[in-house]
Amino acid sequence: MTAAEAEPVIRVEGLTMGFDDFVLMRDLNFEVRRGEIFVILGGSGSGKSTLLKHMIGLYAPQAGRIWIGGEDIAHADGARLETMLRGMGVMYQMGALFGSMTLLENVRLPLEEHTSLPRAAMDAVARARLQLVGLGAFADFVPSEISGGMQKRAAIARAMALDPSVLFLDEPSAGLDPITSRELDRLILRLARSLGMTIVIVSHELASIFAIADRVIMLDKESRGIVADGDPRRLREESAHPWVRRFLGGETGGAEVDNQEVSA
Amino acid sequence: MNPAAGGQRAPFQHDATDGDPPGLRLSGTLDIAAVERAWGPLRERVRALAREAGDGVLRVDVSALEFCDGAGAALLHALQRDAAACGVSLELDGAGHMIEEQLVPYRELEEVTPVRGDRRAGWRHRTVQAVGKVGRAGWEQMAFIGELGRALMRALWHPRQVRWSDTLRVAEAAGFRALPIVSLIAFLMGVILAFQSAIAMRQFGGEIFVANLVAVSLFRELGPLMMAILLAGRSGAAFAAEIGTMKVNEEVNALQTMALDPVRFLVVPKVLAGILVAPLLALYANLIGLLGAGLVLQGFGIPWVAFFNQVTGAVSLSDLFSGLFKAGVFGLLVASVGCLRGLQTGNGAAAVGSSTTSAVVTAIILIVVFDGLFAVLFYHLGV
Repeated sequence: MTAAEAEPVIRVEGLTMGFDDFVLMRDLNFEVRRGEIFVILGGSGSGKSTLLKHMIGLYAPQAGRIWIGGEDIAHADGARLETMLRGMGVMYQMGALFGSMTLLENVRLPLEEHTSLPRAAMDAVARARLQLVGLGAFADFVPSEISGGMQKRAAIARAMALDPSVLFLDEPSAGLDPITSRELDRLILRLARSLGMTIVIVSHELASIFAIADRVIMLDKESRGIVADGDPRRLREESAHPWVRRFLGGETGGAEVDNQEVSA
Repeated sequence: MNPAAGGQRAPFQHDATDGDPPGLRLSGTLDIAAVERAWGPLRERVRALAREAGDGVLRVDVSALEFCDGAGAALLHALQRDAAACGVSLELDGAGHMIEEQLVPYRELEEVTPVRGDRRAGWRHRTVQAVGKVGRAGWEQMAFIGELGRALMRALWHPRQVRWSDTLRVAEAAGFRALPIVSLIAFLMGVILAFQSAIAMRQFGGEIFVANLVAVSLFRELGPLMMAILLAGRSGAAFAAEIGTMKVNEEVNALQTMALDPVRFLVVPKVLAGILVAPLLALYANLIGLLGAGLVLQGFGIPWVAFFNQVTGAVSLSDLFSGLFKAGVFGLLVASVGCLRGLQTGNGAAAVGSSTTSAVVTAIILIVVFDGLFAVLFYHLGV
């Protein structure tokens, strides 16, 4: 089963988002299919993270609906919302680990609160999650004792604690060195391909997009909508928008910098 | 593929297989819910089977498992270790790609040694660390007092360097916005003082002297003290939380690397605002307290004119100014302790909470201690 023919897990219909009088994006429509690595792209300030926060129900849309597994997350409440949230794992941009807990306790927390697994099972699952992101040896550290990149990976481990069917990652590789960033890409691919997770990523790192994305959508600040939707390689060659081709082609439109040019 | 994928899945089952020695056959969905139920019983069953298994191998057929998540893999791995503990090797027959993939981190973990094994150090080490911590905190406080003193002197010589807009903003938040709560507390204080003492005084026909009592105790003692405690709870805590959060977000580091002194930038405006606002609040509290007392005395048949005359006769200027001077010192203490605790904040959200608590507690202790010192000092000075 390839991602293209799989059923949609998330369907966004006519989503308008913004704050008070300010409209950030108007009438967004797209689908995320099961098992797909779906990347939300866009320039700085185009509302990528805001879109993600709408999809996980943190922000209420100004108009439109966000269907997740057949339910509108903006209008779900109580037990239904809890069931929906349990099926989703979220990694925030800065990790958002709880500073007073060790990594193991951070990852174990959702298991403690949402399952009745025996303690030994919870510990085993939490440690394995940390090992999956390469932090098996650091279970007893508190977040302030490890680096920013490690915190991000630990945050992914926590997001996966309950085996969610959809994983949302907000800028997973921002601020990481290229090698760590590739390792993270490999992890994301493995989660999607071997464990069948659907993964929604906000990113603007071209190298990882081409390495892992099945589909990208591209938000544009000017037109307040989606300017591209599809396979990133094909969009780079064939998109009707020159801006999209430039963005994906890594061209900066005359803004290239050469470290020789300004030298005396 | 995934449990939330929709569609009904077969429930998890474990059955014995025929054969000699007997094995196990797992089928259905091995997800968190299944593991919750099966963790104890299945492990017990595997231990029993392992004890029976003669040739050292226990075969578990997992080819009929439709789904296995991370918790499921934890169970499978625990079964293997249980069997191994009985000296039997547990073979998973027909494990597909998903199960193998899920088991990877569990197998890897057997090889991993924690980077820091035992975090619990001996008591000697802990004692040395605790003493060191107290010493460091003391040193930091001395350094802070020195830096603050220097910064305040500089502010005095070079008033243009002070960030007056920040100072006014803080003064508004700590002073003007505190007026409602100060009014309420001071008014009630005046009412209660007057009422309690009037009942006692009436026995001697001396209700008129309640005015003296309330006025002197408010102006010399209670006005500044109450105001300072309110200031500690409202503004000292706010200073600590604000600077503490800035510390956690590395904003304080950013100031330092821009060659901006955090003391001049963050602390001086708050301390100046504290010194400025505290006497004003105390004066306001005194007047509102008198109003409350005057109202009560109306009920005891003492008119406003008599009350006013009595108060002006009882309170000297030195009573008033000694009280306001004390209030100024309290303002300095509260603001600087709040800022100090903010700057001492460690890492994380909990650290902000503890420095806020510590700011209020330390400020109240200092207020009481200094109040005692002032009592002795004023007595000897004859104020």
